[in-house]
Amino acid sequence: MIETSYHNRKYILGGVVLFIVITFTVRLAYLQLMSDEYKTFADSNAFLNNVIFPARGAIYDRNGDLLVYNQPAYDIMVVMREVKDLDTLDFCETLGMSKDEFVMRMNNISDRTKNPGYSPYMQQIFLSQLPSKDFSVFQEKLFRFKGFYIRERSVRRYTYPYAAHLLGDVAEVSQQDILANNYYMPGDYIGKQGVERSYEEELRGVKGVQVLLRDAQGRIHGHYKDGAYDRKPVPGKNLTLSIDIELQKLGERLMQGKLGAIVAIEPSTGEILAMVSAPNYDPRKMEGRERGKRMGVMLKDPRRPMLNRAIQGTYPPGSTFKTAQGLTFLQEGIVKSWTSYPCLRGFRHAHRKIGCHGHPSPITFVPAMGTSCNGYFCWGLYYMLGDRNKYSTVHDAITVWKDYMVAMGFGYKLGVDMPGEARGLIPNAQFYDKIYGPSWSAINVLPISIGQGEVTLTPLQIANLGATIANRGHYITPHVVKNVEGGNLADSLLQRHDVPVDKKYYELVVAGMRNAVTSGTCSSANNPWYEVCGKTGTAQNRGHDHSVFMGFAPRVNPKIAVAVYVENGGWGASYGVPIGALMMEQYIRGELCKASMKRAQTIQGKYIQYKF
Amino acid sequence: MNQTEKSIFRSIDWVIILLYVILVVWGWFSVCGASYDFSDPNIFGWESNSGKQLVWGGTSFILATFLMLIEKRFYEAGSYFIYVAVIILLLATIFIAPDTKGSHSWLPIGPVKLQPAEFAKFATALALGKFMSEYSFSLRNTRDFLTVVGLIVLPMALIIGQRETGSALVFFAFFLMLYREGMTGALLFTGFITVVYFVVGIRYGDVLMSYLPVSVGEFTVLLLAMMCTIGLVWVYCRDIAIVKIMAAVGFGTTAFMLLFSFFVIPFNFCPVMLVVNILFVIYMMFQAFYHKLFTYVLVSLFCVFSSGFYYICDTLFDHLKPHQRIRIEVLLGIEDDPRGAGYNVNQAKIAIGSGGFAGKGFLNGTQTKLKYVPEQHTDFIFCTVGEEEGFIGSVGVLITYLFFIWRLIFLSERQPDTLGRVYGYSVVSIFIFHLFINVGMVLGLTPVIGIPLPFFSYGGSNVWGFTILLFIFLRMDAERGLKQEKY
Repeated sequence: MIETSYHNRKYILGGVVLFIVITFTVRLAYLQLMSDEYKTFADSNAFLNNVIFPARGAIYDRNGDLLVYNQPAYDIMVVMREVKDLDTLDFCETLGMSKDEFVMRMNNISDRTKNPGYSPYMQQIFLSQLPSKDFSVFQEKLFRFKGFYIRERSVRRYTYPYAAHLLGDVAEVSQQDILANNYYMPGDYIGKQGVERSYEEELRGVKGVQVLLRDAQGRIHGHYKDGAYDRKPVPGKNLTLSIDIELQKLGERLMQGKLGAIVAIEPSTGEILAMVSAPNYDPRKMEGRERGKRMGVMLKDPRRPMLNRAIQGTYPPGSTFKTAQGLTFLQEGIVKSWTSYPCLRGFRHAHRKIGCHGHPSPITFVPAMGTSCNGYFCWGLYYMLGDRNKYSTVHDAITVWKDYMVAMGFGYKLGVDMPGEARGLIPNAQFYDKIYGPSWSAINVLPISIGQGEVTLTPLQIANLGATIANRGHYITPHVVKNVEGGNLADSLLQRHDVPVDKKYYELVVAGMRNAVTSGTCSSANNPWYEVCGKTGTAQNRGHDHSVFMGFAPRVNPKIAVAVYVENGGWGASYGVPIGALMMEQYIRGELCKASMKRAQTIQGKYIQYKF
Repeated sequence: MNQTEKSIFRSIDWVIILLYVILVVWGWFSVCGASYDFSDPNIFGWESNSGKQLVWGGTSFILATFLMLIEKRFYEAGSYFIYVAVIILLLATIFIAPDTKGSHSWLPIGPVKLQPAEFAKFATALALGKFMSEYSFSLRNTRDFLTVVGLIVLPMALIIGQRETGSALVFFAFFLMLYREGMTGALLFTGFITVVYFVVGIRYGDVLMSYLPVSVGEFTVLLLAMMCTIGLVWVYCRDIAIVKIMAAVGFGTTAFMLLFSFFVIPFNFCPVMLVVNILFVIYMMFQAFYHKLFTYVLVSLFCVFSSGFYYICDTLFDHLKPHQRIRIEVLLGIEDDPRGAGYNVNQAKIAIGSGGFAGKGFLNGTQTKLKYVPEQHTDFIFCTVGEEEGFIGSVGVLITYLFFIWRLIFLSERQPDTLGRVYGYSVVSIFIFHLFINVGMVLGLTPVIGIPLPFFSYGGSNVWGFTILLFIFLRMDAERGLKQEKY
């Protein structure tokens, strides 16, 4: 007899199978259809993207002198699983490390919180950028150290101990760099500062890759699709800077023991001939593994040696700013070349007193420029802002004034091809409304006419002002790279900017600046070979004044415009003028005469005491 | 060819043979994919796994033909003999077999290795069929039931002795067959709920309810125990009044405690729930005496077991071997260690997931071929299907299995005698178990228990074992017409 009472249970069993199959189907749909996540995992699993690093471009100065090049260095890699029977003592001695250091390093490598990509099967960096001499000792013994490997990398080398701020440096990419640009992988190098950073894309080239098939044990099974997906690396492009390394060297020598900056520009092209920031540091000490250590020390230094004062320092321009004021007043018709203002040891009006030094009074434009008369330019601004025939309000007047300043390259970044440029400050109407309320007048803001008060410029902007005057009314965006090998400079770097001021007014300012050299504040810059035009500045400061100089030479067809800014250097004539004159001489004549060399020696030896 | 053999040929179920051939061929292609070596693309050579598998597949067709010639009478007469012989073989294997990765289950015979555990399945199924087709047999008879359990547990114990826990667990599949044969569903249910308790208890044992100092695992297990007890009383004792009283007391107390703990004083009220469950037991024992109904005692036992389970669970869990414990922890998501214990499953998921909708194409999978997935050609063969044939292929395999098993159920149901039906359902149950555990493991849904996917996983014992299991049944099925003619 066949028992049939449990006949219906076949449906339950059949249902169980159906349920299992449906569950698995849903799971499969989730794994295979819902996300690409597993696909990515699979690719990184099976394909070993063997990256081939291109050689980074070299950097030359304007005369073809090699400044920065590459040298091989070696990373010591470790595969944790393969480390066996290591003679720790011998190992540590070879690398000159203590046993504790060794243990700490090994622990750090296998600690996933510190080394998130850790795998015991894959190479991990044990020590990076071993210099070649240490490396050769290590290489001889390498066969004894199982599980350790060597990976060749290259480090940047610098020919000269100069231009550190300008050249910048190269270091391993940070987490932010990787997030910002998916070109980079952990362990890659990237330009961190200076030209290395701003021309990173040109210098680095493009990484190549070999797509290799790799099994779970890390063994390679040849090229994927016979190398169809392999890419050859594109080498980085060489850069030729507009810098003259000899001029740069002189500048750095002259700025020894001082804080400040020198910027020299070729007015006709906007090419920066020298960019000095003091205190400087030796870029060669930042090579390779030293960088981290040195960085720490320098970041703690109260003199802030990492700051590139030439483009990042913002200072009151002092009297050098009077040239820009003069041009504005002339163009706006506030003053004529024959207009004279009284200046009896300063501007005195409406309870406001701005001092000046002794010179004949009243005084016209050119001598006022030559003697750097404070009173003249205070009066100029006073009349400009107060001119209710021309401007309906003081706000309108200052807006016009501000537009002139911006046209001359102040208040905004000039767009130099360097990272971290500061914009300085040119106050506008809203700015003063905030400070004084809506009813302020010329009297409140007078100091800006002599480059004091709220106005700040970078040394680069001051030098650019010199270049604009040298060009009689226009400037090319200042830039430090002259030529990218096999490429072009960005259009923005070759852009001509015209200042809406007549050439004839520029000639008047040039005459004033020439006057300052022949019979005024810059007389020590005068020389028999070519006509120097200059303007000193003594920027008032709590404590010691800053010594400023802006000038260009020769007067006709100028070759160089210079700005010198020495913090707490006192009179413009004390540091600014001689340094500026020496820079001009070096560049125009190609060398210094004997007397100048002696002068340079003296200045180089002068140290300014700074209090922090 | 005489008259009998002709009619047998006619009554062979060609549907199942077709599905069988599909699975074997499909399986061979998958093994090709799994063992393909980029540097040595010879898939037919004896040196490669695919070449060997081709031999196993081919010989299994011969084996199948041969099995079709063995009459059912032979099994009727010889089933106990086969069973005893296999038991002796299993016992001997423990001592003869060399150590292969810690397991003593492989017997080297000439150039090949055989795994006797694969053959224990059909032997046990035959013995069960024979025993259960005795005229006086009844599953309700405790003695008979225990004999059946004994027949199942004996080979299981020997296989565990060979350190092949995975293969041993397959014998639990026979309880599915027993269910069809009339074993009370409560037993299957108890087994199922035990797994649920275990999973919930371990997974959420250390998780506290938000705002309350109460373990989610402990609370859930106790609540489930309460609900299942009430449910069992309802289904098996059929006294609505008692069910109402128990439900009111149980759920009322729980709700009150929950609200009190939430709004007044937070405290761990699990002991109170435990007390309620104990009260249930006392109440049911009282009912058992009062109504003279033994069922209440059984339900009480269930209640005691359920309530105590959480507390013995931790102890039980601690007594597992470390690698087993970690496997379970990884599966339940307590431990996340993609490069350690979770490596296999994680790599399997990557391989399958990377296949996408249509797969990477035959022999184009990278994960399985580059040996990221361990045991890729044996237990993890489904990865290759997933990677190379994608969603379409994977679901195709599952659906083929679905129809295969459904067809087997249909065939089992049409058997004229108990031997055929019991044997048929044993085959069904074993296939269900293998499919569920193997694919579930690859998909990360069930623990990693090393058992093969029938016809797909590489290995002679796998293909041969399942071919034998299946074709003994097909011959029985083919003879059903003859019997009817005889009577």
